Amino acid sequence: MSKKILAFIEQREGKIKKSSFEAVSLVSKLAAENGFEKEIATIGNEIENLSEAAKYGVEKIIHFKNKNLADYSPSAYSEILSNYIKENSVDIVLFSNTSLGRDLAPRVSIQVESGVIVDCTKLIFVDGDFIATRPVYAGKAFVEVKLNTPRKIFTLRPNIFKAVLDQNAANANIKTVEVNSSNVKTRVVSFKKSEGKLDVAEAEIIVSGGRGMKGPENFKLIEELAETLNAAVGASRAVVDAGWRPHSEQVGQTGKTVSPSLYIACGISGAIQHMAGMSSAKYIVAINKDKEAPIFSIADYGIAGDLFEVLPKLITEIKKLKS
Amino acid sequence: MKIAVCVSHVPDTATKIKINSTGKSIDPTGVTFVVNPYDEYAIEEALKSREKFGGEVAVVSVGGEANKETIRKALAMGADNGTLLKDDNDRDSYAVAKALADEIKLSGCELVFFGKQSVDYDNSITGQLTAEILGYSCITTVVDLKIDNQKVIAEREIEGGREVVESELPIVITAQKGLNEPRYASLKGIMAAKKKVIVEKPASSVDNVSKIIKMYNPPAKNPGKILGTDSSAVPELVRLLREEAKVI
Repeated sequence: MSKKILAFIEQREGKIKKSSFEAVSLVSKLAAENGFEKEIATIGNEIENLSEAAKYGVEKIIHFKNKNLADYSPSAYSEILSNYIKENSVDIVLFSNTSLGRDLAPRVSIQVESGVIVDCTKLIFVDGDFIATRPVYAGKAFVEVKLNTPRKIFTLRPNIFKAVLDQNAANANIKTVEVNSSNVKTRVVSFKKSEGKLDVAEAEIIVSGGRGMKGPENFKLIEELAETLNAAVGASRAVVDAGWRPHSEQVGQTGKTVSPSLYIACGISGAIQHMAGMSSAKYIVAINKDKEAPIFSIADYGIAGDLFEVLPKLITEIKKLKS
Repeated sequence: MKIAVCVSHVPDTATKIKINSTGKSIDPTGVTFVVNPYDEYAIEEALKSREKFGGEVAVVSVGGEANKETIRKALAMGADNGTLLKDDNDRDSYAVAKALADEIKLSGCELVFFGKQSVDYDNSITGQLTAEILGYSCITTVVDLKIDNQKVIAEREIEGGREVVESELPIVITAQKGLNEPRYASLKGIMAAKKKVIVEKPASSVDNVSKIIKMYNPPAKNPGKILGTDSSAVPELVRLLREEAKVI
């Protein structure tokens, strides 16, 4: 009997998140290569773009629906999903390693008696077993890990696996199951949105500032460059600890580990714990007065100059390009 | 209220990570180990909860003899008693969670704090696993916490904002930076901690659910080009980002 693989996809405010499509693509690929049965599960109320998920190569979608489940409830979501996995003998479950995925996957793993490996940057199936690769020590090292349990759960680091549209994809076959939501002992009751800001954990481009910015007021340069590039604002630990920027922007070992396409480090010297958190960015730009700064050792492009002179010019040039 | 805080003993974040000869874990030679940074917020919140509700704060850690240093640090900050669940072998998150759950069940703690992740293996799942094994509620990456009777209201940091989450005791809370300002251990606290006994018992026997096949350092990146020393290098930078890197 072929193995069953499932992608759990995540909705927020009734829309499926982009990183969920990365999980669908990987499920589709693993199923094609190894003859697995593939499907998608999601939980929420109305979901406007659910059928879009099928375009990434998995048409069978089950939607557990209830108006009280529009927002995340760890207790209800884990129970509903775990029951489905057990009743349908699902062998492999993939989540995106978002705040929700990382919260939910380990809970489900206990309920379905499976091991779980989180934050995978590579996942392959060889000789009948999965090998997951993931960063440890904030990316200072990597491990290859196997699960000993028959059932397997993995969460995928966003922005690493590609969401690939499948040209031969069939139309979505959505099965909607009305569920009761009695187990909402733990539930989200409201959301406080950060004012119009992109989050470093999800951004394609990050513009980050460090102590070289000399003061919180100068971060308007960082913010302007970020806005021009539709990028998120990041910060080093030093400036977060100094109270210049909120912790939610901190990149590094005690902040967020990020993998954007482009990381622009301004006035950041490159402490080991900062570099651990961003060195997997595809391209790194460093702007720093000190040409000996460690950040230049990992930067693809550098300008060893005064950022207060370089940044305004960079903003102007990029604005020119975008207009 | 009986309160527990679960702590781990990890390499300092300024440490370079070298792989040992087995190729499966780190070489600890010359590495300074410290209290896991996120656990400091967990310890502080446990102490604040005791100040509010009374009771005792128990510190629990799973690992080898060296973990006593971290337990001792929590005692110096003001925790009441410490327990080392001893195991010199490497445990994965599940095996750690199982040992902690067994101990918490025994002690009857109904409010349990963890750091949101250990900065060694970076799994950030031990709190959730422990809660599920115990049948406790759990709220992760918490930056604000209020407890009133049995009711818990917490704010958790997620992408783009904060979720307000309601739940109830007994509960596991995993602490994110920003939850509080951890206190420094006072001299009096440090002296008192030296006299406190750390109970040592074997961690409950359980198999790991995962196996590390290989650990390695990422390949070193080739340093790139320094394009210039002032804003005259900007047009070239923009051209490279557009034409070579194709990222803007």
